[in-house]
Amino acid sequence: MDINFIIEKFLLVTILFAISLLIAMYSTYAERKVAAFLQDRLGPDRAGPFGILQPLADGIKMFMKEEIVPSNASKWLFMVGPGLAMLCACIGTAVIPWGQDLNVGGRIIPLQVTDINVGVLYLFGVVSLGVYGVMIGGWASNNKYSLLSAIRAASQNISYEVAMGLSIIALLLVTNTLSLKEIVAQQHGWHWNVIYQPLGFIIFMICSFAETNRAPFDLPECETELIGGYHTEYSSMKLGFYLFAEYINMFVSSAVMATLYFGGYNYPGMDWVATQVGPVAAPLIGTAVLFLKIFMFIFFFMWVRWTIPRFRYDQLMNLGWKGLIPLAIANIIITGIVIAVVNKF
Amino acid sequence: MGTSVFYFVATLSIIFSLMVIFSKNPIHSVLYLILTFFTFTVHYVLLNAQFLAVVNFIVYMGAIMVLFLFVLMLLNLNKENEPNKSSLVKILGVIAGGCLIVTLVGSLKAVSINTPLVLQNPNLGLVKNLGKELFGPFMLPFELSSILLLTAMVGAVLLTKKEEKANG
Repeated sequence: MDINFIIEKFLLVTILFAISLLIAMYSTYAERKVAAFLQDRLGPDRAGPFGILQPLADGIKMFMKEEIVPSNASKWLFMVGPGLAMLCACIGTAVIPWGQDLNVGGRIIPLQVTDINVGVLYLFGVVSLGVYGVMIGGWASNNKYSLLSAIRAASQNISYEVAMGLSIIALLLVTNTLSLKEIVAQQHGWHWNVIYQPLGFIIFMICSFAETNRAPFDLPECETELIGGYHTEYSSMKLGFYLFAEYINMFVSSAVMATLYFGGYNYPGMDWVATQVGPVAAPLIGTAVLFLKIFMFIFFFMWVRWTIPRFRYDQLMNLGWKGLIPLAIANIIITGIVIAVVNKF
Repeated sequence: MGTSVFYFVATLSIIFSLMVIFSKNPIHSVLYLILTFFTFTVHYVLLNAQFLAVVNFIVYMGAIMVLFLFVLMLLNLNKENEPNKSSLVKILGVIAGGCLIVTLVGSLKAVSINTPLVLQNPNLGLVKNLGKELFGPFMLPFELSSILLLTAMVGAVLLTKKEEKANG
């Protein structure tokens, strides 16, 4: 194996990991600022100018807090839970194409860790694995509220995975491929999938909210019923890991939505820009555009959280099973018919 | 390199599946079963069956085992409320297990006599080729199995519904 190849991939993975953590850190800050803006408050403004050092202060606080393990908890699994949540949150970034291939002095460097030809299914697998961190942590705490929350998280994730998978099937009918790199390349020049799959996108987005346990579907962390939810017994950085994993999940699902439906690194007029700035800068501009789209989605996540109140549990299940799944199936059938008719004529 | 990876993963699969049987706590059993399924996924990747690998990952690890864990957490099984099994049931279990071993060993012996199966197309496991096979020559069995699954699903839904009293 080529040594340069290993160095490239290692660098890419390290950078992606660092960026995920950085974005998760500043998402906590952004969340509080957005909440403050929507509620006509100021938000954190003490640590540094505009409170920009607040996430650092929070991080140091998390590390310094006392570590408490409940005496009747299953010690080993209690530790595995947050680690697993973090792991499942981070491995999703591996298949997302972050930009076009970089051409540095004749050497082609793809801005994607790996282009497996089942990329979409891999992402789906990672999403379905994400619930284990919550379940194991909730059960190992030996607290009935944590257990209830873990069970809620499991049933919520399973229910919304079905609708999510069905909405992806309709998308695959349009794209004809499971490779994320090809899906993004196909969307070049305003062929964004959201134009062909508007209903599919809405279903996918609602399911992403449910899968990342974000409001209005944050039933596993419903304070009024379950104290703190699955992380009631957690303290110190273990709690920090759970909170961090939620923000990384949000970042990854924003990236997935931008990649699958909103053209990824494509932007209008990119061919013209590429002729102006050369082969190294153009892909990097594309990456910047992708991150811009991701930040828009993250903002949308926060906007929804501070606008729509939490669902009741039966409402959540009704929406998932009786609303989204029939809609997603109808979407598949309509997409199939339209494609068959278009191919015929 | 391929064979050493295979032996490493195979050893792990055997260790994890033994742990499934030997752990006292049912939740730990399920967690070891998840690890066992994960090693199976690695086996599929080694065999270049990417689609099967990722489907095993999604369906078994991601969905079925979550439901297992879900049910076990709800039941909250432990030593105190474990039902007492009579010795007759235990003896029957041993006999059934023994029969299974005899069948397995017998079938394995039959396999070793035959010439090993050579895969004609090593890329058969890729999604595109697999889809063409499934919806081409194997169309009928594929559709029949999907009808079977649909029937099972309808049956399960029907079983959970309470029978409405026939009061006219």
